[in-house]
Amino acid sequence: MWAYTLRRLLYAVPVLLGVSMLVFALIHLAPGDVVDILVPPEVPKEIADSLRRRFRLDEPVYMQYLAWLSRLLVGDFGISFFTNRPVAEELFGALGNTLVLALPAAVLGFLLGVLLGALAAYNHNTWLDKLFSATAIVGVSLPHYWVGIVLVAIFAVVLNILPAQGMGFEGIPTSWNHVKHLILPVVTLSLIPMGVISRLVRANVLEILSQEFVGTLHAKGLLNRRVLYHTLKNAAPSALALMGLQFGYLLGGSILVETVFNWPGSGGLMNLAIFRRDVPVLSATIVVLATIFVVINILVDVLQALIDPRMRR
Amino acid sequence: MAADSRVDVGDKPRRPAGGADACVSGAPSRPLLAVESLTKHFPLKGGLLNRTTAVVQAVDRVSFDVRTGETLGIVGESGCGKSTTARLLMHLIAPDSGSIVFDGLVVGAAEGGLGLRDLHRQMQMVFQDSFASLNPRLPVAMSIAFGPFVHGLAKPAALKRASELLEAVGLDPLLYANRYPHELSGGQRQRINIARALALEPRIVILDEAVSALDKSVEAQVLNLLVDLKAQLDLTYVFISHDLNVVRYISDRVMVMYLGKVLELGPVDRLYRDPQHPYTQALLSAMPSMDPRRRTVQAPLSGDPPNPISPPSGCRFRTRCPYAEGVCATMPPALLSPPDDKLRAVACHMLVPGSGHSRAAVEINA
Amino acid sequence: MANAAILPADPAIALQRARQGKSYWRRVWERLRDDKVTLAVIGVLVMLLIMVVFAPWFTVHDPYTGSVLRRLKPVGTPGHWLGTDEVGRDLWSRMVYGGRLSLLAGVVPVFLALLIGGFLGVLAGYAGGLLNSAVMRLTDVLYAFPSILLAIAITGILGAGLQNTILALTISFIPPVIRISESVTTQVRHLDFVEAARASGARPLTIMRYHILNNVLGPILVYATSLISICIILAAGLSFLGLGVTPPSAEWGLMLNNLRQALWVSPLVAALPGAMIFITSMCFNLMSDGLRQAMDVRL
Repeated sequence: MWAYTLRRLLYAVPVLLGVSMLVFALIHLAPGDVVDILVPPEVPKEIADSLRRRFRLDEPVYMQYLAWLSRLLVGDFGISFFTNRPVAEELFGALGNTLVLALPAAVLGFLLGVLLGALAAYNHNTWLDKLFSATAIVGVSLPHYWVGIVLVAIFAVVLNILPAQGMGFEGIPTSWNHVKHLILPVVTLSLIPMGVISRLVRANVLEILSQEFVGTLHAKGLLNRRVLYHTLKNAAPSALALMGLQFGYLLGGSILVETVFNWPGSGGLMNLAIFRRDVPVLSATIVVLATIFVVINILVDVLQALIDPRMRR
Repeated sequence: MAADSRVDVGDKPRRPAGGADACVSGAPSRPLLAVESLTKHFPLKGGLLNRTTAVVQAVDRVSFDVRTGETLGIVGESGCGKSTTARLLMHLIAPDSGSIVFDGLVVGAAEGGLGLRDLHRQMQMVFQDSFASLNPRLPVAMSIAFGPFVHGLAKPAALKRASELLEAVGLDPLLYANRYPHELSGGQRQRINIARALALEPRIVILDEAVSALDKSVEAQVLNLLVDLKAQLDLTYVFISHDLNVVRYISDRVMVMYLGKVLELGPVDRLYRDPQHPYTQALLSAMPSMDPRRRTVQAPLSGDPPNPISPPSGCRFRTRCPYAEGVCATMPPALLSPPDDKLRAVACHMLVPGSGHSRAAVEINA
Repeated sequence: MANAAILPADPAIALQRARQGKSYWRRVWERLRDDKVTLAVIGVLVMLLIMVVFAPWFTVHDPYTGSVLRRLKPVGTPGHWLGTDEVGRDLWSRMVYGGRLSLLAGVVPVFLALLIGGFLGVLAGYAGGLLNSAVMRLTDVLYAFPSILLAIAITGILGAGLQNTILALTISFIPPVIRISESVTTQVRHLDFVEAARASGARPLTIMRYHILNNVLGPILVYATSLISICIILAAGLSFLGLGVTPPSAEWGLMLNNLRQALWVSPLVAALPGAMIFITSMCFNLMSDGLRQAMDVRL
């Protein structure tokens, strides 16, 4: 068991190194460099070159990469071009705000997904199941950022009962007013996990229901509730694993929803950084988000292996 | 009962125990295929760094001959290494050690040996699963023609050859050439597989459980087809099966394998009439009797075949052998011929005088 | 197999039919022919394609010129049946012309990813060993990013524009294509008929051409078509963020972003481009599902 965990962790190291190399390569390939952004173009060449030397931009690429990487590893993410504040501060604040969105969205998506999936499976071959299949296809084809806009149009513009954008609070919500800001973005964000999980749960529950031991349970005269308990217990591990992965996606891919709702999370931060060409912020955010995604993946794998020994290869 | 037949080795020099099993020869001409000490172990990986934790000894120092024009049957239970041996002969997997000599040329040798491409021109194989052996996306004529096509024959000529082969295996080419595997029955597919194996005009055909998956009536037809083709085309067969009746019908000599080792080898009639090795005896008596007056009363073999990962020391059969003794655990028996019957070979301590087994004859020169 | 309704009356034709086997692709085609829903969806997509390619024939107004006097007219205004956008350009024209870039950015990356990823995946699947490990490890590095993050990384750092968008999306979709091609190829590689092909002495490239490709192409193709719907959403999403197509080009995601402020004035108009993204994506999804069902021929 520990061998498996260790192997997974060790394996993540080259992957993360690759990630850092990829981001660094992108930065390096970008047109222009730091100095071009910092100084106006009329500045004489000697000054620009001396700045380059100061930023160590004249050193060979791999040296720059190693320097950048070693700074990253100790937590020095550089200084924002725009605000001149350390990137780490802004980044972790923003990450917290994304977490406030992502956690409820993951939970909501999971609960609704399990509910819908189980319902559809139990009512297999009835109109309910067909409706589910149709909804599933619709759900997968919906651009979730568009759904966010539509929800804003309905609830904020037309009905005017929920705020259209903005976070409205710092840290954790403590009042109904705060929660009102949360509702629309969380619902929008939960759509994709809900769709994915409900499909998986439906497939799993169908498979379990068709297995023979369920027939035996029925024959023994067990109530439907007991059967429900058994099927859920068997379908739970893979659904939970999927939710873990979806949570990783929510953390790393929240930028679209955060843009729609002007939410000051990691996505919003990236948006600003792109707009301002703030390369340190952008690159650091990308690397951190990718790292979190990889770590979550490892966690999910390890937890799955804990529950189901067959997973340990 | 084999226990009573004391085999007197006499003046034949005794091979060192634990060494390479003796090649059984006796025919004056050079054998078509000579296998010497063929070994294949499959590593099982696991642990922290994916190290090899255990080894499946699928085939362990197996030696035998195949003579020109004969049918050598190979029998044994599942896991005894028959299929692995077949794939080793075809060089579909590379052996760990040992050599295969085809018609005097060493297979795979750097200089002066037989290249793989040439080997495959002379040796072909028919697999067990008739459906999985054919590409579902190709018309069967194309599957048959693929071999010659690959070896340089132009497509139209290759397809013409395929048509001829279809006729040879009893299928009307006009009707079957453009069909797809899923449109044919199991017996028809196996005929196609045989046609495919013959497309390159090989001298040896290895049949790995080729009829095992067919219905009995179809099996009989295909067996008869095989016999006819062998006579027509001057072929040599290696026939692998777990079905003792079928092997008896088609083979000239039979080789019995167990857990990667050869236990007995000999002409079919003599082996079936008078099996020497306890395992062979058990196998043959396990065949349900056709005679209601002589019913099989008790199962002669007990237990499941042990794990090929950690086979028993010494003689691998000793855990299920009613005659096992101490020497069977310490020394693996060599495959030796009795002096009065050069065509047979048995690997059992009971038949070797001076081996230390209580049932073996005492050595004359003690 | 005999069924009075299927057997033709003329025995010669029956014999001819019996001789000529039905290939797998022909059976897929026959199943597809009977699937009304998928055919309808394909029809819709073809119609969309025609309208988009021959846009000048289907629109009256120029998608680039607008008058501030006519901005944000609602749906149903005479002369602009879908209204106008925030600078007064006719929405219908913008949508039709926008379809060009949206479809381009939605289909081309998947097509390129299919070529590159398919080639790498099949190669890795057949070769096994070191080559396989190398390719899969590289894929894992790309898989460390949630897809949109990777696309954003590339376009955000390298700059916006159609070229970079297509590049970014292609790179995002190469890993899943590699994964499925490698997986399917590995399965096929170990089937008996491939061993038999090796046993006839064929070279690896020949085996891949005649035995592997025709067996893996189906599943890979189906998977790739299912990726198109995601790519359309992502491409529009990138433009929505300002990372894709740049103004004043017409593109559905870009339009969605530009019209966001208009949400308060004319909510219906503001939501319309998103509806196009949704409909197109759903059509591709349904088509891909239909293809998968048609290819799931029980042999």
